[in-house]
Amino acid sequence: MSATTTPTEEHAAGAVADGGLGQAWRDYTGRVRGGELGALPSVLALISLVIIFTALQSDVFFKPGNFANLITQSATIIVLAMGLIYVLLLGEIDLSAGFAAGTCAAVLAVTLTQRGWPLPLALVATIATGVAIGLFIGVIVAKLGIPSFVVTLAMFLALQGFVLIIIGEGGTIPIRDPQIRAIMNSNMTPLLGWLLFAVVVGAYTFMTYRQLAQRRKTGLVTQSPQVWLVKVVTLAVLLGLAVLVLNQERSSKPELTSIKGVPYVVIVILLLLVGLSYNLTRTSFGRHVYAVGVNAEAARRAGISVARIRIYCFVACSTLAAVAGILFASKDQSVSPSTGGSTTLLYAVGAAVIGGTSLFGGRGQIRDAILGGLVVAVIGNGLPLITDASGIQFIVTGLVLLIAASVDALSRRRAQASGRA
Amino acid sequence: MTTEDTGQPLLTLSKVNKSFGAVQVLREVDLTVRPGRVTALVGDNGAGKSTLIKGIAGIHAFDGGTYTFEGEEAQVSDPKHANALGIEVVYQDLALCDNLDVVHNMFLGRELKKGMGLDEAEMEQRASKTLAGLSVRTLKSVRQNVASLSGGQRQTVAIARAVLWNSKLVILDEPTAALGVAQTEQVLKLVRRLADNGLAVILISHNMNDVFEVADSIACLYLGQMAAQVEKAEVTHGQVVELITAGRSGDLGLAPSTSGAVA
Repeated sequence: MSATTTPTEEHAAGAVADGGLGQAWRDYTGRVRGGELGALPSVLALISLVIIFTALQSDVFFKPGNFANLITQSATIIVLAMGLIYVLLLGEIDLSAGFAAGTCAAVLAVTLTQRGWPLPLALVATIATGVAIGLFIGVIVAKLGIPSFVVTLAMFLALQGFVLIIIGEGGTIPIRDPQIRAIMNSNMTPLLGWLLFAVVVGAYTFMTYRQLAQRRKTGLVTQSPQVWLVKVVTLAVLLGLAVLVLNQERSSKPELTSIKGVPYVVIVILLLLVGLSYNLTRTSFGRHVYAVGVNAEAARRAGISVARIRIYCFVACSTLAAVAGILFASKDQSVSPSTGGSTTLLYAVGAAVIGGTSLFGGRGQIRDAILGGLVVAVIGNGLPLITDASGIQFIVTGLVLLIAASVDALSRRRAQASGRA
Repeated sequence: MTTEDTGQPLLTLSKVNKSFGAVQVLREVDLTVRPGRVTALVGDNGAGKSTLIKGIAGIHAFDGGTYTFEGEEAQVSDPKHANALGIEVVYQDLALCDNLDVVHNMFLGRELKKGMGLDEAEMEQRASKTLAGLSVRTLKSVRQNVASLSGGQRQTVAIARAVLWNSKLVILDEPTAALGVAQTEQVLKLVRRLADNGLAVILISHNMNDVFEVADSIACLYLGQMAAQVEKAEVTHGQVVELITAGRSGDLGLAPSTSGAVA
């Protein structure tokens, strides 16, 4: 998604009198100076990283094939980060999300491959495992009042053990189901890709136009139609370019096997983006999450059940981890005790923070996961093309996370100073 | 600004008590609150103002005595009961969420729904109407985040939230404590306007100037007892200060034998 199509900006622009593009631009720069950076840092990071890697390794990095790799490499991080955003919005953390994904993937592998359950039943078991893990963590954090850091650290260890026990002696369980394997490894036909493009752009145009018209009808201040048009055109151009590039042939031997089209996982990501963004910005539950994250006492006095909101957020996090687990299983076409381990969780937290979600709670959006996930994936994808030392890769990713957290802390301080906290 | 007791009281407390363990915080307190009037609640630190307010708001129930609202005896042991009766409290620390805009703060916890989502248009219109009804013109937009508002504007939003729900009694806990001169004036005018719109207002304040500027009736708590509830027009500044510090002033206040060590 582009920086110009964010819910916050629409939201804020709605408050502004009908002043056209110039007014919208002045408002935006004013907000950025006041410390509300929004998507700016992550978009800038993404653009500069792409420029750097293209300059250094253009023959490998800037290729349609590599672009498709980026999408599948970032997909698992993005879905995990989407879940973590719910927890981060409360000012909490879930260190166990990576192994929650691993545990759910193991449940999928055992039920599907070893027990021979039908796919829908296996998927229900996988998601239910995620819900159960989140419920357990949420109840302990919200009802017993133990810091989430400690609870999820304990779960980080315990779930690692669960994965080992579930998978058993064999070590690795293959996934043979063609539908699961297709999510991360197959592509839509070029025509289907353009159809997806048409649906997304059409739906966005229709929904935003309807909102504009309704606000105008009820006499409320609306964003300028020019701003709306710019957003629609930007979205159409960016998505159109992406589909165009992905529809290029990217097989080294096209006469043997043709590889082209938008990966199927993009549909999963888009559905989650729309559904979860709606959940966080357009429902009372979403408003309550933001309220609890910034001022739990105010939320309690307003009659909100703070404990229930906390539990729901941990459930959302672990459930999305289950979805990420399905993607892991699809990508590797197998599940092993290390699935969801090593750097998985840290990359996902990093993605959320790089995308603009605050570690202090109360600030963040679902699309942060996509922007941040792409930044993390670009680093992981581009650096090995330049240097073989995997040590460098860890160091660079660590530095980027540190920079993102610093931007978060500094912009927060600036926002407080200018009264926008 | 009538000084006579006109009409039926909205809220009457009669001989309410409240103890926390061995400590009796409120003793046989009477209080009468009438619609269309500002009743100031004054008293030194520890006199029991907060306990009295929390009892009225249902945060903790009184131990004894009667709680009469609109002529009927009521059992208020939960904040939701108080809300249902039409009682709203604006707390000193405001309880606003900085990351939400004015509309969402005013409707926090009681959002209007349309289908699965929120009825943003209706909420925005009602918020604007309520603010306009209170003659609030200092807000640039109801869609700006509360974080960007000044102290006075935040207090305004908190008060507007309290009157949004057709409330009958609004309790304000030190609304001007953290404000500058101009903003204090602005909030006091708003408090007066609430009463002029027919609401009953209880104002807790330490500031005698505020009390004398805006109140109709003054209730003085002294060491957990109601020293006196007097009409503003009938007392002087000095008498109220004496009631607060000594529990009595001339004929007013507690009888010498019950007013503690000071008298």
